[in-house]
Amino acid sequence: MKANIKAISYYLPESVLTNDLINQEFPEWGIEKISAKTGINARHISAKDEFSSDMAVKAAEKLFAEHNIDKSEIDFLLFCTQSPDYFLPTTACIIQEKLGLETTIGALDFNLGCSGFVYGLSLAKGLIAGEMAKNVLLITSETYSKFIHPKDKSNKTIFGDAAAATLISSEKGFCTLGNFVFGTDGKGAENLIVKQGGMRFPVSDKNEDIVDEFGNVRNDKNLFMNGTEIFNFTGEFVPQLTEAILEKSNLAKEDIDLFVFHQANKYMLNHLRKKIKIPEEKFFIAMEECGNTVSSTIPIALYEAQKQGKVNNCKNVILAGFGVGYSWAACNLIVE
Amino acid sequence: MEINTFLQNFADLLDDTDATLIKQETVFRDLEEWDSLTALSLIAMADEEYSVKLTGDDIKSSNSLNDIFEIIKNKG
Repeated sequence: MKANIKAISYYLPESVLTNDLINQEFPEWGIEKISAKTGINARHISAKDEFSSDMAVKAAEKLFAEHNIDKSEIDFLLFCTQSPDYFLPTTACIIQEKLGLETTIGALDFNLGCSGFVYGLSLAKGLIAGEMAKNVLLITSETYSKFIHPKDKSNKTIFGDAAAATLISSEKGFCTLGNFVFGTDGKGAENLIVKQGGMRFPVSDKNEDIVDEFGNVRNDKNLFMNGTEIFNFTGEFVPQLTEAILEKSNLAKEDIDLFVFHQANKYMLNHLRKKIKIPEEKFFIAMEECGNTVSSTIPIALYEAQKQGKVNNCKNVILAGFGVGYSWAACNLIVE
Repeated sequence: MEINTFLQNFADLLDDTDATLIKQETVFRDLEEWDSLTALSLIAMADEEYSVKLTGDDIKSSNSLNDIFEIIKNKG
């Protein structure tokens, strides 16, 4: 049985961290210049009392309203986050209740970052193909801002909070899920990490702030990203990942009408695009108003591409997610 | 690989720095424009122009542009 993407909606928190605000706080940072390179002008930040389940519910309610979806038809909920409300219970269970989904549904959380959306699609396809579900609600929701040190200008400039809700169905949608390829390399674990807060290193109240070579401040309970290592990782693996999905789908690069990659930042994306030799007009970038929203970047970009009429004329679309873990995955979509 | 071409390539990464400041002995870290994004641009340049994978540690252990030049030359 085929699995199809029927609809996508997304939610951005109300509070906006603009370039002006960053400039006020870090005048030496030259945000206008930085922002011209990263392609990010604004990031939305979750409220103090707003957590990943709250944002997930808002994204899903928007999905139901915007696309006229009967929520009683949903029979499985997949929730992707790295900033869950609690250790336990599973955030997906809380979301089921808040959304008023049937109690006969299956629901689970999975912990992945920038590769999470593509992994979620693969799980949804498996559930539908295995006839375990007909309508899978995939929600990605992340509040990385709560991990970032207030004086960490680099990460503050890049990351924004967001949630996206996607309905994958056995019924016809705007595209069909094709093939998938995956990759994992735990050697990169230390390069993108929130060290404290789990069982191995509980959050300490004795943390001392560390200032890195570029003047970013953080401590071990904050998000740490080794930018240069991540940059090299993507430069090495994303071209291979693209080749692998093309080969598995029996498609040539020229057959692809649109590439939607994880929206890390414009600078890195353009470097990858040039390396893989993808024409600019076939490479979609949409992160200006929300920044890097981790697992929600691909559904947000896909939603915006569709809104701009860039998906309807396509036949083949490639999605690729890559990042924290390291973890990566790609798939092809066949547009109906 | 030629040092002057490399210095020119490096100068091209910068928007606000006078190209005459970019010399073999320049301590790149002391340039006002040097930041984490410039470091990424340097890695991208090494990759695009010389097909060399420059690491964050390579940059950390270097002081002058000549040090970077030597690393790229040795890896190339």
